[in-house]
Amino acid sequence: MATFPSGPSVPPATSRPASGPAPGMLDRRRLLGGVAVTAGALALPAGLAGCEKPTEGGSGGGTVTFGSNYSDEVPKKAIAEVLAGSGLDVKINTVDHNTFQENITRYLQATPDDVFTWFSGFRMQYFAAQGLATDISDIWQSVGGDFSAAMKQASTGTDGKQYFVPFYYYPWAMFYRKSVFQERGYQVPKTWDDLKALAAKMRSDGLIPIAMADKDGWPAMGTFDYINMRSNGYDFHVNLMAGKESWEDSRVKQVFTLWRELLPYCQPGANGRTWQEAAQSLGQKQTGMYLLGMFVGQQFQGEVAADMDFFPFPQIVEAHGQDAVEAPIDGFMISSKVKNVDGAKELLRYLASAKAQNAYLKSDPNNVATHNGADTSGYSALQKKAVELVSGAKQISQFLDRDTRPDFASTVMIPSLQSFLNAPNDIDGLCRRIESQKKTIFAS
Amino acid sequence: MTSTPTAPPVEAGRAADVPGRPARRRRRRIGRFSPRDIAVIGLLLGLPLLLDLALIWGPALASIGLSFTSWDGLGEIRPVGLDNYVNIVSNYPPFWPAVWHNLLWLAFLGLVATPFGLFLAVLLDREMRFTRFYQTAFYLPVVLSLAVVGFLAQLIFSRDYGAANALLGRADNPVDWLGDPSINLWSVLLLVGWRHVGYVMLLYLAGLKAVDPALKEAAAIDGANEPQTFFRVVFPTLRPVNVIVLVITVIEALRAFDIVYAINRGRNGLELLSVLVTDNIVGEASRIGYGSAIAVILLLISTGFIAVYLVQVFRREDEA
Repeated sequence: MATFPSGPSVPPATSRPASGPAPGMLDRRRLLGGVAVTAGALALPAGLAGCEKPTEGGSGGGTVTFGSNYSDEVPKKAIAEVLAGSGLDVKINTVDHNTFQENITRYLQATPDDVFTWFSGFRMQYFAAQGLATDISDIWQSVGGDFSAAMKQASTGTDGKQYFVPFYYYPWAMFYRKSVFQERGYQVPKTWDDLKALAAKMRSDGLIPIAMADKDGWPAMGTFDYINMRSNGYDFHVNLMAGKESWEDSRVKQVFTLWRELLPYCQPGANGRTWQEAAQSLGQKQTGMYLLGMFVGQQFQGEVAADMDFFPFPQIVEAHGQDAVEAPIDGFMISSKVKNVDGAKELLRYLASAKAQNAYLKSDPNNVATHNGADTSGYSALQKKAVELVSGAKQISQFLDRDTRPDFASTVMIPSLQSFLNAPNDIDGLCRRIESQKKTIFAS
Repeated sequence: MTSTPTAPPVEAGRAADVPGRPARRRRRRIGRFSPRDIAVIGLLLGLPLLLDLALIWGPALASIGLSFTSWDGLGEIRPVGLDNYVNIVSNYPPFWPAVWHNLLWLAFLGLVATPFGLFLAVLLDREMRFTRFYQTAFYLPVVLSLAVVGFLAQLIFSRDYGAANALLGRADNPVDWLGDPSINLWSVLLLVGWRHVGYVMLLYLAGLKAVDPALKEAAAIDGANEPQTFFRVVFPTLRPVNVIVLVITVIEALRAFDIVYAINRGRNGLELLSVLVTDNIVGEASRIGYGSAIAVILLLISTGFIAVYLVQVFRREDEA
């Protein structure tokens, strides 16, 4: 199912098809190797590493179960290696990421694993507020210094306690091929007008200026988010997502109006195209730029990958500049039905370490570590640029479907944005329909 | 991938013929049974009845009950009266397209695909050369799951990389077979029909083999031409097959789900009621009451068709 890996509200980075230098068979073999290493590591510490982690006091003793949605080959292997290095007896329970997300509610209520993979922001807060996650503020007291304030904020529930350990993130930006910009003498656009001028130039040069795909329903959300944050600011984004602002507000209509200005430069037929197909068109130099998360890198290899670059979404209103960056964070939580609390916390402390993140990103380099002290020397140029982009950001947003109620994002926003792409002229009607559905959903 | 939400309505409808007339008759004659008979009958009837109640009526009644509530699967279940229904018909843009698409599937399968399957069966029944080959070729798609058919659809109908545009020579001005909401439904119906035709063909072929050749000979002696023989003599004898085909067609149309879900999760022109049920119930923050209300609407629609059908069958049986 690699062609449509992503669910209605999917964190794309977890849905990566097998990529990277090693083709299928080898990967699988290495994966098995990884599992063997895990098994070995499980057996060893009991005796050898016993001195390092005395078993008295029970801390870290016993098995920790780990519910993982890292189901694609590259991340699956990477996380197995990372967990093997924890020195703990970790039992991994991998579930296909779509299935994992669809069943999360029932999973957390039934017999969840001690530690599970999840996303920051509203989605973490939602389950924390339902009492389905364990408060890990004590972990944050010891590791808090290793993360930026924005990371801590993204890990904090509505009650002010922490429930989440961030692991990696992947910023969204406009990707392009350096060689295309060099050959044609294109300049990175700084403002909305620059962007439109560049798009017009590209079109006259026979390129489709902006790659666009929304068959999976979520990719267009990134465009909405950026136009919204650039023209109305991060705070408006947060309030709109929280249901506190009206979708019939003129500021929302302005977002769609601006987007409509860009549509003539966008690849037609977006609703029939997957993000992978759009990425291919960028790789093949049929399109000029593409707004997506860093995971777009999975689609490129070798020379093309080295030729990739990105620029932050241009400024629209001066007051908001390019302050906000959309950078979804993936990480871990402890379920409320945890059986081995000490072990689970021990594991999270380890996963919050630079060592664990370094180990992971070595195998899966399409993300950026969240730890301040993570080793960035092995980063690709793109990863380094991503760190710069995010550390320079005044605000970090989590993506539309992570910043709002999942039922609103998937049942209202996905069809609405698709219908906007089909018929961009009825903005008033579109906003009216979104608002009236939003009212009933947020009231329930 | 194949979720269950559509199952209860269909099952429930099928179950409607279980508690039938025999029960009444049995009560009258109950004196004639020994205690052991009663125990055996109780076990043989009681157990299926219990399973039927637990697995079919239970969930169906539960969805009806839940459809009047608001529940996110976690917190308390709050009664909201008819709110969900009012909301669905007045404030849920995908709903009416979904109803329309379900009816269109039914019409297409019933009026185009099924007759075409019958036509193929009649052709193949004539023992032409390579009959076996054609039979297999037409039946092959039935073996494929609709999810696989959905996957094939990508290869054929993809706007940028699909075979269809290449074959039609429209690489420069491609047709967006799956992304354009005014076209994609027909692309999908084509695939669904492709699969349905083989299914229907095989059923009719079996039925035709069972028709007594003497009937056709007698008709020929009476001077009937081929169409007359078929429509007046052969077709009426196929009644049991017709009934099965009709039921299959209705069920296939109303529970349609996997193919559109595999293509684009049943959005953007491919909405179906079953997909809306899934969209609302399955997921991180479920709207279980809302989804149940859609499921009940689907149940009502299927019950409508099945009731009409059962009335027809029983009426004809009484006449016979």
